[in-house]
Amino acid sequence: MTSAKPFDWRHTPGLSAYTALIFLFFYAPLLILVIYAFNSSRLVTVWAGFSFKWFVAVANNGAIRDAAFNSIIIAIVATIASTAIATAGALALERGRLRFGRSAATALIAMPLVVPEIVVAITTLIFFSGLGMHHGLINLMIAHTVFCIPFALLPIQARLRDMGGTLEEAGRDLYADEWRLFRRVTLPLLVPAISAGAIMAFVVSLDDFLISMMVSSAGSTTLPVYIYGMMRLGVTPEVNAISTILLAVSIVFVAAALLVGRRNKFA
Amino acid sequence: MIDIQSVSKSFVTRDADPVHALNDVSLEIYDNEFFTLLGPSGCGKTTLLRLIAGFEAPSSGAIRIAGSDVAALPPQKRSVNTVFQSYALFPHMSVAENVAFGLEMQNAPKSLIDERVREALEMVRLEGFAARRPAQLSGGQQQRVAVARALAPKPSVLLLDEPLSALDLKLRKGMQSELKRLQRETGITFVLVTHDQEEALAMSDRIAVMRSGDVLQVGTPRDIYDNPQDRFVADFIGESNLLPGAALGRDPAKTIIVRPEHIVVSPVADGAKGHARGAVSAITFLGSDTLYEVVLEEGAKLHSRSRGGAALATGDRVVVDWARAVERELAN
Repeated sequence: MTSAKPFDWRHTPGLSAYTALIFLFFYAPLLILVIYAFNSSRLVTVWAGFSFKWFVAVANNGAIRDAAFNSIIIAIVATIASTAIATAGALALERGRLRFGRSAATALIAMPLVVPEIVVAITTLIFFSGLGMHHGLINLMIAHTVFCIPFALLPIQARLRDMGGTLEEAGRDLYADEWRLFRRVTLPLLVPAISAGAIMAFVVSLDDFLISMMVSSAGSTTLPVYIYGMMRLGVTPEVNAISTILLAVSIVFVAAALLVGRRNKFA
Repeated sequence: MIDIQSVSKSFVTRDADPVHALNDVSLEIYDNEFFTLLGPSGCGKTTLLRLIAGFEAPSSGAIRIAGSDVAALPPQKRSVNTVFQSYALFPHMSVAENVAFGLEMQNAPKSLIDERVREALEMVRLEGFAARRPAQLSGGQQQRVAVARALAPKPSVLLLDEPLSALDLKLRKGMQSELKRLQRETGITFVLVTHDQEEALAMSDRIAVMRSGDVLQVGTPRDIYDNPQDRFVADFIGESNLLPGAALGRDPAKTIIVRPEHIVVSPVADGAKGHARGAVSAITFLGSDTLYEVVLEEGAKLHSRSRGGAALATGDRVVVDWARAVERELAN
C-alpha cells in the first residue's frame, strides 16, 4: 500500500513559473526605465540607439545638481541626527529603568511608519507655519530627522533585545563603570545595528517625496521633488537617467545594510 | 567572608501580587570554602547569588562581604566575580581580551595584566587559545574562559551560576573536579548555584538546601545526607523512603526516613522479624545494584537498593528490615 504524500508547497506544479512572473512584475518596469535611460531618442517610448547623452544632460543641469546636493545634505544631517537620537532612545527603552509603558512608548515611536505619510506631511507643514519657521533646508532637515527616527530605532532596539542584558551584567561584574561599559561592550556590539539603522535612515530620507514636497520652498527643492516637477513638463529621458542614478544609489545602500547586518552575527 | 542577615527579596510584577523570592534568609559563608546553594528551580538560589553579586538589591536585610556592608555598592564596586550560566563572554573580544577585561577596568598596569592573563589561562589549561574568538571555541572551552575571566582579577568571592548545566555529562564530571581544584589552588571562596544534588555533594565543603525562598538546612554534604532535618531535604538529597509512622505500627504523627541502601529485604520464609512485611511489586536491575519496590501490608511503598541482591521475584512476600541507627524520625 502506498501512503499518500503529505502536502509540500515546495513541489506545487508551476511554482517556479509563478515566482518568475512575480519577479517580472516587480522588476520589469524598473528594467525598462533603466534601459530607456540609455536611449538616444527624445521620446521615452521609442528606442533609437544606445547613448549616455541623458546622463550628460543631467550632469550639466544646474538645477538637478542643486536639488541632488540638497537631498544629500539633508540625508546626511538627518541620518546622523536621527541615528544618534534613535540609539539613545533604544537604550532608554531597553535598558532604562522604565518599568511600565515600554511597549506603549515603542508603539508611539513607530507610529510614523503606519500613519499615512500625507498626514505626517501636512502636520509637519502646519507645525512649521504655526511656529513661523521658514528656514528652507533647516526645516527639511528637522522634518527628515523626525521621520527617520523610527527606521533607525527599530534595528537598534531589536539588537539590544536579542543581546539581552547578561553581557552588560558581565561587564559591570568585571568592574566597568557605566561609560566604559558603553564604550567597550554595548557600543561595539551595537555597531552593526547602528550602521543598518543609519543606512535605512539615509535611504528613507533620500527617497522621501511627500514630506519634502510640503515642507520645501524655493531654493530648498530636493531631488524627488525636482523630478516630479520635471515630469509635469512631460517625461523626457533625462527623468529616466536621474531615476537610474537614484536607483543605483539606493541599491548600493540597501545592499550595504544587508551585508552589515549579516556580518557580525555573533554565535 | 559573606554574611547574609535576614535578607528578603520580592519582585513587583505588573499583574500579580509581589513574588517573594527570598524570605528572611540568614547564612554565613566562610573564608576559603566551596559553598553551594542547592534547590529546585524557583527556590531563590539564583536570586540570592544576584544579591551577592549586586545585580539586585535586597528588599530588606543586610549583606556583608569581608566585614563591610555592600548594600549601597553596585556590582563594579564589589570584589566579587561571576561565572554566568550562559558564560556571557564578550563576542567581539579575543579570549585574552576577555580575560584581561576586569583587570583593565581596575586600571591595572599592562605588565600585571599580561602576567595575570597568562596565569589564568594556564590555570584553566587554555594557554594556546589566547588569540581565538569565543565563537571559535567549544562549549567546554568557553566555560573555562568564563572561569579564567572571573578569576583573573583575584576577587575575594567567585560566584558560579549553574556553570555546568550546558555541558554534557562527561565534560561536567571533568569540570567538577577542575573547579574543586581551582578553589583549593586559589583559596578564593566559591559560591555555586545548582539544582543537581549529585554535583553539590561531590564539590561542596558545605551546602545550603533551599526551597521556595527559604533555606531549609545548611551543613556538610555528609551531614545533610545522613541527618536531613526536613522531609524535603531528605527527599531532594539522594533518594529516601518517607514512611508514615502508621505503616510501621508506630506513632502516626511521625514520618520515618530511611535510605534505600540501608533497607534489607528478605523472604518471609527466612523467618526474620523486621520492621514490616510486604510484597515485591517491581524489580529494577541497575548493574552493580538491584532496586526492589515493596508494597507494605499497610499500603505504603518503599524502595530497597542492595548489592547483588537475594534472588527475589515480583510478587514474593518479604520482610523489610534496617538498623534503627540509620533511620531518621521527623514530625509530620
